[in-house]
Amino acid sequence: MLEGLRAYRMIAGMWVRSGMTYRVSFVVTLFGNLVMTGLDFVGILLMFSQVDELAGWSLPEVAFLYAASVTSFGLAHLASGSMQQLGSRIRDGSFDVLLVRPVPVLAQVGGDRFSLRRLGRLAQGGAVLGWALVAADIDWTVSKVLLVPLMVVSGAAIFVAVFVAGAAFQIYAQDAAEVQNAFTYGGTTMLQYPPAVFGKDLVRGVTFVLPLAFVNWVPAAHVLGRPYPLALPGWVAFASPLVAAGCCALAGLAWRTGLRSYRSVGS
Amino acid sequence: MGSARLYLAVAARGFRRYASYRAATAAGVFTNTVFGLILVYTYLALWDERPDLGGYDQAQAVTYVWLGQCLFAALALQGGGVETELMERIRTGEIAVDLYRPADLQLWWLAGDLGRAAFQLLGRGVVPFLVGGLFFPTALPTRFDTWVWFAVALLLAALVSFGIRYLVALSVFWLLDGTGVSQVMMILGVFFSGMVLPLNVFPGGFGEVARALPWAAQLQVPADVLMGETAVAGAFAFQAMWAVLLLVAGRLVQSAATRRVVVQGG
Amino acid sequence: MSGRMGTTEGSEGAFIEVDGVEKVFDVRRRKGLLRRERHQVRAVDSISFTVARGEMVGYIGPNGAGKSTTIKMLTGILTPSGGRLRVAGIDPSRERTRLAHRIGVVFGQRTTLWWDLPLIDSYKLMHRMYRIPDARYRENLARLVELLDLGDLLEVPVRQLSLGQRMRGDIAAALLHDPEVLYLDEPTIGLDVVSKTRVREFLRQVNAERATTVLLTTHDLQDIEQVCSRVMVIDHGRLVYDGALAGLHEVGEGERTLVVDLEREFPPVEVPAPARVVRVDGPRQWVAFPASEPAAGLVTRIAERYPLVDLSVREPDIEAVIAQMYAERAGRAPTQSS
Repeated sequence: MLEGLRAYRMIAGMWVRSGMTYRVSFVVTLFGNLVMTGLDFVGILLMFSQVDELAGWSLPEVAFLYAASVTSFGLAHLASGSMQQLGSRIRDGSFDVLLVRPVPVLAQVGGDRFSLRRLGRLAQGGAVLGWALVAADIDWTVSKVLLVPLMVVSGAAIFVAVFVAGAAFQIYAQDAAEVQNAFTYGGTTMLQYPPAVFGKDLVRGVTFVLPLAFVNWVPAAHVLGRPYPLALPGWVAFASPLVAAGCCALAGLAWRTGLRSYRSVGS
Repeated sequence: MGSARLYLAVAARGFRRYASYRAATAAGVFTNTVFGLILVYTYLALWDERPDLGGYDQAQAVTYVWLGQCLFAALALQGGGVETELMERIRTGEIAVDLYRPADLQLWWLAGDLGRAAFQLLGRGVVPFLVGGLFFPTALPTRFDTWVWFAVALLLAALVSFGIRYLVALSVFWLLDGTGVSQVMMILGVFFSGMVLPLNVFPGGFGEVARALPWAAQLQVPADVLMGETAVAGAFAFQAMWAVLLLVAGRLVQSAATRRVVVQGG
Repeated sequence: MSGRMGTTEGSEGAFIEVDGVEKVFDVRRRKGLLRRERHQVRAVDSISFTVARGEMVGYIGPNGAGKSTTIKMLTGILTPSGGRLRVAGIDPSRERTRLAHRIGVVFGQRTTLWWDLPLIDSYKLMHRMYRIPDARYRENLARLVELLDLGDLLEVPVRQLSLGQRMRGDIAAALLHDPEVLYLDEPTIGLDVVSKTRVREFLRQVNAERATTVLLTTHDLQDIEQVCSRVMVIDHGRLVYDGALAGLHEVGEGERTLVVDLEREFPPVEVPAPARVVRVDGPRQWVAFPASEPAAGLVTRIAERYPLVDLSVREPDIEAVIAQMYAERAGRAPTQSS
């Protein structure tokens, strides 16, 4: 584990320096990320310029969901976003290069093409989160104050697990890499809106099958004092870290299995 | 004209090439369907709150969502068409080889991109659209001529889409790395084409501006043509204007860029 | 470069042991619209060999014969489907990262160097990643820079290096951590003659200095001739020849071509059989002769009788040699069975 983190730091550092060699492009992308991911939120603002509530949720409440989803996803994307491109690494054969190095492959894949411009999304999510926490009508208690950072970190871990599972999937089906976008980008988009918007079956699916609901929906329902569309016991609001740990363990297992059946390309 | 046959062959090759990525196509269909589901639910909630928002009724809003998913890949609303390959060729310098080809650079890539778009419309677009039509109430025209006008609008949209992406790709001649511009193009494309929210919902002056930008010609205009929400002639004029402007600009930038290549010695 | 020869443990002669190793791939092929057919491909079919420490072995065969698959199993990239495989006593697929410290790998077609950064940055990464002691890193780097003539290139971004320069850079990167075995996959592909010669010379030198075991795959028969003392031929996943290169020539006699430029046009030059003129184009003539014979005799003979301006020798392609080897075998087989 420590060895993995050390390798991750080394690889990520090399990519940061590589990225700096194209200065114009770096500045453009950083700026682009910072301002442009905000357009997502502008979309929500536009909706609320036409309506006062969405499925009974006010703008600050939806902003809270949005910010929690984007911040968690931003953290996960910063840490492991390049895993989406594992398929192209496998296809062009350069994945083999990672396999003959004396450090864990998952750490290398995670740090691969690491880029600081991804901080843009994180910064934007954090800013909206700050505003939402002030603007939303929250009945603060100690447990709620503790729950907010716990929610963001656990949410990030759940998304990292999704990225890792997606990477494992790509070992089998490099060309179908886009499937994981449905769960990563699709997931973070879905979580920006109140659960009550979606069909019951869809909510059940993301609560019990692929537990994305624990990124923000479940804990946020507790913080905002809103009933969750499914009847869940109260302590569940604090279960996100456990769910995250479970997801990471399963994803790790999937990764190991995938790696063992890696076939490489060519003869 | 012999060269027409050449570009037709290039387009056919583009079609076949994308058709050969079966797994990627299946993955794309799945992803577009999931995104469509997510969006449909949020739109239904939104139109529940404000029926008749932006002049659409609920069925039209639903149709709009699935049309967006249907055209997402074909019009490369967030990039991912032939321009990625073009950028890579510029970055590695292989573009110098293309300049010796007995074909016009811009038309060559346009033909390839139209072939790609045609496949992605059929291979990736139709299924999410059918899923949408099957499980949600939609508002599709019954008149045949509306579908013909829609097809024309799609072709014009494809030209505008290519015009934008070609300009972005050529910027790599100066920037040397396309990551940044691709990303800006992706985010602007998704937002201003109306993938997040229909442009006719955008309020006030901001809405006016958004509806005048070239991205509006890609999804909003064809959607309005399909659902009879706009005058066909005006819609085509708007699309054609942007198509011509962008393609001419692409041509000017292209000649500046190729001069650069010649100066650098290829 | 400081050797590690004194610290080797438990290498009873065989450094690489391959015993009945196979690799089977499941291949699914589309038949019709929905039906798929599954079948198995034996990329490597029960191969056995051993390589002693310090040997230099060429591993050749047609495309798709199983060369790369074997190398990938030896480096731990692929898990064998059956058989036993040990490198320095380590099972590669089980302990891939431990083995990585003891092997160096050069992939001819893809670089391990950081594309946008100066060459030296990639070496600094190796230094930390392999935890190479500072003194040894400095010593190894200095020696490799000297041998591979990298001095002026260290500060140059890798993307600006020529193919030959990059290959030398890659080879140095693979040797910084004192690997006991060096795998090279097509190390001279696409290089010009000068670069090729340099790489070959370097490999011989490293082997002489440090007794590094070298296993290389190639399409270039000269790589084998000038570097390897032993050659293994694989085809259809099976090892079909294992021995000295001279032996291979006997098995599959190839032909080399001597290209001579004369002062002016001549009728085909007279040469002793089995050499023969195969083509004449103005003052230039092509003379084919057995690959096993030195070209010197032929050259002297032509130079004595004709005004010779320039000459070059074209090596037979390795595939041509192997193809001929099979042709001969196929020709012999019926006579053996009758």
